[in-house]
Amino acid sequence: MKAGVLALQGAYGLHLDALDRLRIPGKEVRKAGDLDDIELLIIPGGESTTISMLLDRSGLFEAIDERISAGMPVFGTCAGAILLCSRVRDGRPDQRSFGAIDITVRRNGYGGQLQSFEADLDIDGVKGPPYHGIFIRAPVVEQVAPGVEVLASVRGDPVVCRQGPVMITTFHPELTDDDRLHQLFLRQTDDPGRSLATA
Amino acid sequence: MVDDTPRQAKPGAPAQGPETGTFTVKRGLAEMLKGGVIMDVVTPEHARIAEDAGAVAVMALERVPADIRKQGGVARMSDPEMIEGIKDAVTIPVMAKVRIGHFAEAQILEALGVDYIDESEVLTPADEVHHIDKWLFAVPFVCGANDLGEALRRISEGAAMIRSKGEAGTGNIVEAVRHLRSIRGDMAKITGADSAELFEWAKHLRAPLGLVQEVGRTGCLPVPLFCAGGVATPADAALVMQLGAESVFVGSGIFKSEEPSTMAKAIVEATTNFGDPDILLKVSTGLGHAMPGLEIEDLQTKLAERGW
Repeated sequence: MKAGVLALQGAYGLHLDALDRLRIPGKEVRKAGDLDDIELLIIPGGESTTISMLLDRSGLFEAIDERISAGMPVFGTCAGAILLCSRVRDGRPDQRSFGAIDITVRRNGYGGQLQSFEADLDIDGVKGPPYHGIFIRAPVVEQVAPGVEVLASVRGDPVVCRQGPVMITTFHPELTDDDRLHQLFLRQTDDPGRSLATA
Repeated sequence: MVDDTPRQAKPGAPAQGPETGTFTVKRGLAEMLKGGVIMDVVTPEHARIAEDAGAVAVMALERVPADIRKQGGVARMSDPEMIEGIKDAVTIPVMAKVRIGHFAEAQILEALGVDYIDESEVLTPADEVHHIDKWLFAVPFVCGANDLGEALRRISEGAAMIRSKGEAGTGNIVEAVRHLRSIRGDMAKITGADSAELFEWAKHLRAPLGLVQEVGRTGCLPVPLFCAGGVATPADAALVMQLGAESVFVGSGIFKSEEPSTMAKAIVEATTNFGDPDILLKVSTGLGHAMPGLEIEDLQTKLAERGW
């Protein structure tokens, strides 16, 4: 199994480090051809407007969209969640997203950097001590359609969501050495008929 | 990991509830800006052009470095009203500069809610001995450095991002290259040093031993290393990214060029595709004139000599 990490901008290097620790071969994805030999994709934290523009200019948007429609598992963190969701509030008018998970997010929903925070989370399917979530100018998930599982919330706002092969977090698992969320995503891709009990 | 105990109630213990202003969230934003371009802007209109071109953040200031150099006088923090106007114009992070050591300017910018503060040699220093104690703030700071010792001193004061100083406002990349090579070169040497040698390195660099030992252990700076000072073309951006910079600040290079929007987009694409000569060729073609450049030896004021 080879995992691609979208490497147009942002914390892609930290996601590759996590894959390394889990002994999953990782690969930077910068152009459409890079998608050919990957089975799943991670979209990292970064600046969603910048990544959206670079997706457009490189022709990667259509190529990724096609793979997602064909069922490729995708994991998006923070900016990655914005790029994967169905509806973006407070975005740029020309900002594009894949509509791969039926949620509505508000960009920078908590405010600016001074409102960035860390918090301990209980996540369905993640065993052991609480997961330490780091939220940087994070989006807020404001609406969740039926069929989307909410695996964790902070102050009532969903922060980990999953729909079929698509999983998002509004925080940054890549900023910690705790790989349990990457493992959760990878396990789900192993077993399309997965259940929370086995995660 | 940098010791951030001054800000933590229980050192080493994970936060229980939501906690803001920690070193982790400060450095976290720097991590998210990696592989991107941060552009100097002096008006809301500039800020929109920067965001349209794909900037990951903008630096709000009154005059770009090339104009500060030309016009002279004391360069200070920008008018908060002007920074507010830029904040309203864009959705990406907004940074602003304060004078070295001017903690009151920093307090004002924190109250204004900027996303990052640059304690910058481009402005006229306010203190000839002390930099700001950045641990006292919830807003993160970026600081310039000429060499590894200076970088580690700034990190020990609480900087969550380091950038090369380069020589701002010249459109001449030579100083930024010198600074990056010096920082990365000394990091490589320290990584190969034995534990006894690290004590000597700490003395030689005039840097805290703990941080020198951390570099020795990890081979990395404890915070992201960006490049600033003299970037004027997409090729400049690709050069410094290949030399190990993790993002690029562009000051005068965009709005002093003939076609700012085109230049801005090209530098963004070059920063992403810094290792792909075919794409670099494409984005370097047909840009109009880059900003006029200056020879370093002809300069009356060397901004990189400010700070210590």
